Amino acid sequence: MCLAIPMKIQSISGPSATCEAGGLTQTIRIDFIKDASPGDYVMVHAGFAIQKMSEKEAIDNFKLLEEIQNAL
Amino acid sequence: MEDRITLDYGSGGLKTSQLIDSILMPAFQNPILSQLGDGAVLDGNNKLVFSTDSFVVSPWRFPGGDIGKLCVCGTVNDLCMAGGTPKYLSLSFILEEGFLFSDFKQIVTSIGKEAKKAGVMIVTGDTKVVESGKGDGIYINTSGIGFQCLNLPGKLGIRPNDSILISGSVGCHGAAIMMARAGLLQEGSSLISDCQSLHLFLDTIQNAAAPGSIRILRDPTRGGIATTLNEFIEGTPLSIELSSADIPIDPSVQAACDILGLDPLYCACEGRMLVICDPESTDSILSAMKMIPGGENSTQIGTVTNNLPGKVLLRTAIGGKRILSKLSGMQLPRIC
Amino acid sequence: MLYDDFFKHPKDVSVILKRMEELTHITGPIRLMEICGTHTMAIARSGIKTILPQSIQLISGPGCPVCVTPTNIIDMVLDLSKRPNLLITSYGDLLRVPGSIQADNLLHRKASGSKVEAVYSPMDAIQIAVSHPELEVVFLGVGFETTAPGTAACILEAAAQNLTNFSVLCLLKRTEPALRSLIESPDFAVDGFLCPGHVAAVIGSDAFSFLSDDYHLPGVVSGFEPGDLLYSILELTSMIAQHQPALKNEYSRLVHSDGNPIAVQLINDVFYPIANDWRGLGHIENSGYAIKEKYALWDTWKKFSLHPALNKPNSNCRCAQVIRGTFSPTSCPLFRKICSPENPVGPCMVSGEGACAAAYQYEI
Repeated sequence: MCLAIPMKIQSISGPSATCEAGGLTQTIRIDFIKDASPGDYVMVHAGFAIQKMSEKEAIDNFKLLEEIQNAL
Repeated sequence: MEDRITLDYGSGGLKTSQLIDSILMPAFQNPILSQLGDGAVLDGNNKLVFSTDSFVVSPWRFPGGDIGKLCVCGTVNDLCMAGGTPKYLSLSFILEEGFLFSDFKQIVTSIGKEAKKAGVMIVTGDTKVVESGKGDGIYINTSGIGFQCLNLPGKLGIRPNDSILISGSVGCHGAAIMMARAGLLQEGSSLISDCQSLHLFLDTIQNAAAPGSIRILRDPTRGGIATTLNEFIEGTPLSIELSSADIPIDPSVQAACDILGLDPLYCACEGRMLVICDPESTDSILSAMKMIPGGENSTQIGTVTNNLPGKVLLRTAIGGKRILSKLSGMQLPRIC
Repeated sequence: MLYDDFFKHPKDVSVILKRMEELTHITGPIRLMEICGTHTMAIARSGIKTILPQSIQLISGPGCPVCVTPTNIIDMVLDLSKRPNLLITSYGDLLRVPGSIQADNLLHRKASGSKVEAVYSPMDAIQIAVSHPELEVVFLGVGFETTAPGTAACILEAAAQNLTNFSVLCLLKRTEPALRSLIESPDFAVDGFLCPGHVAAVIGSDAFSFLSDDYHLPGVVSGFEPGDLLYSILELTSMIAQHQPALKNEYSRLVHSDGNPIAVQLINDVFYPIANDWRGLGHIENSGYAIKEKYALWDTWKKFSLHPALNKPNSNCRCAQVIRGTFSPTSCPLFRKICSPENPVGPCMVSGEGACAAAYQYEI
């Protein structure tokens, strides 16, 4: 129900941020992102960032997945 | 001269002559056009290729080109894909009252530049002006005549095991236009239209290919490569098999498609060539294509088979399979 | 992002598939439902169904907000579009959705003179309203919880700017009541759920733990890349094999257990839950959002005193059963014959994410 694309924040101006993905830049709204700062990855849906993405969580996640695969 | 086109410029009278003399003639200077007859008398003893196309692109200026460049490339490419060396173009404008002269001049300059590059002469033309609100700024029609240099058997010549080649990454024009239309394209973006004339590709591959080895050429415009590939084999006992990993897609095109919910395989190209050729000639044709500026990323994307008659089959990154059907309706940006 | 690539191009696909195969020897045939249209599309595009063990069947649930918007609401919108000086703005998805008459949709109305504009973000609709004070601009606010906070922010923006020529027709839906209704329906036969990753990014993975807590059904909050889908299906199969239903979060790079509290707060500030009609599922308590009284000036329902007519669904269309997962698109008598993406009868064909459109376009 919800197409979204991960983008990297380049700069912030009030409730708006300039983000980049695949060399494309876009102005999006970050109204409900806490402590957004340049360099953060956010998931963008219909012009709004809905949540930050976490690299650490991702790495933990696929370590876990690898464990599942190996253990099974 | 005023700064905007008025209805008078389409009257056929003095103002029309002014427009022709001051803007059009200097841009397209050639002995055939300068006679300003009702029609052009052309030389030639060759078999002719004839094509026509109308251009209504909005916005008329887009990253990587404008409607002027596009209206030359479009018809030039249609001639090339039919195996004709492009020679002559007609050029007809439908302008909306109030269109800026400065914009018109810019478009005419683009036309002149691209025509020169593609080696075609603008030999006849027409200008009409419609009332404000009855057009979208500017519409252009071009028709073209080329001399046949390559005899292509077309769809009927396609055989199992034939190779499918593309001259570069897909979907750039469609993705750029959709993003520009949605107001999402910012200054200096890496997403630009692939709009270019393909005459050099035709020249080069006809020399590189053994006679009869090229079955069909096509520039995959509206509907993208997915639609064009379907047109090649629909209703035949043949199928086309592609591997998604082999299809070149620029990261910016992929990102634009992810943003808008589109599929790059359905986005128009305006300067790419699909080739179906016999397997023995694949390497020589591909190396020739790669030598041409703008053709560096030429590659084989698939093969003709008879496994699934009338269908295009795509092998995905995880080894799954899916059907690639024709585009239905126009592509609309979506959220879900 | 390096790690995103990991999910796009998963390694060891064959190992995962082999493990699934082994597990299905324990489970027997199982049916897994994805309840997010973006999952439906991702599954179709990746061709995952062609590599899964035969005994794992993926079925598409009511996960496309366009698909579940009832006919009478579309008819009402089409009626609204006839008003002079009124401009309808909408995500592209809705433009092709027919009302009770086949082929009558917003695109068709646009061709006959109605003012209709596709937008990418609700903020674009606000921009249009600002630059066209002579027009009454209506934004069709469809979507689930993912789309709700942006729609809320847009209403707050209109209020802050005191924009009087702009309103939102709130058609937003909530996932949990619909899922409960689906599970409690008599013909329900699903063994586990792929939970919608982007909804969960907003409302949190905990919002789906009712699946295992109340119904003993396993659920996995999943991302949208082929790797995400494979891992999530493996986890579901494994939980089914072990008879240990739980709610797991495969999409932890984005989804927190409590979601995005600021976004949730924003939803609660602007909307309140109300009963809603769903195409295929019927009337469900608390399954929609309405705009709070405080923002009534920007509520299209109130601004134009809208009242939809009674619903008259097409009697031959099987979308209702398709959405509940009890009927496959290809067995519908209308499929490909009368109903196609160019000329859709039911909502599942009209939306690019609908189960029927996915089957039409991608299935071999």
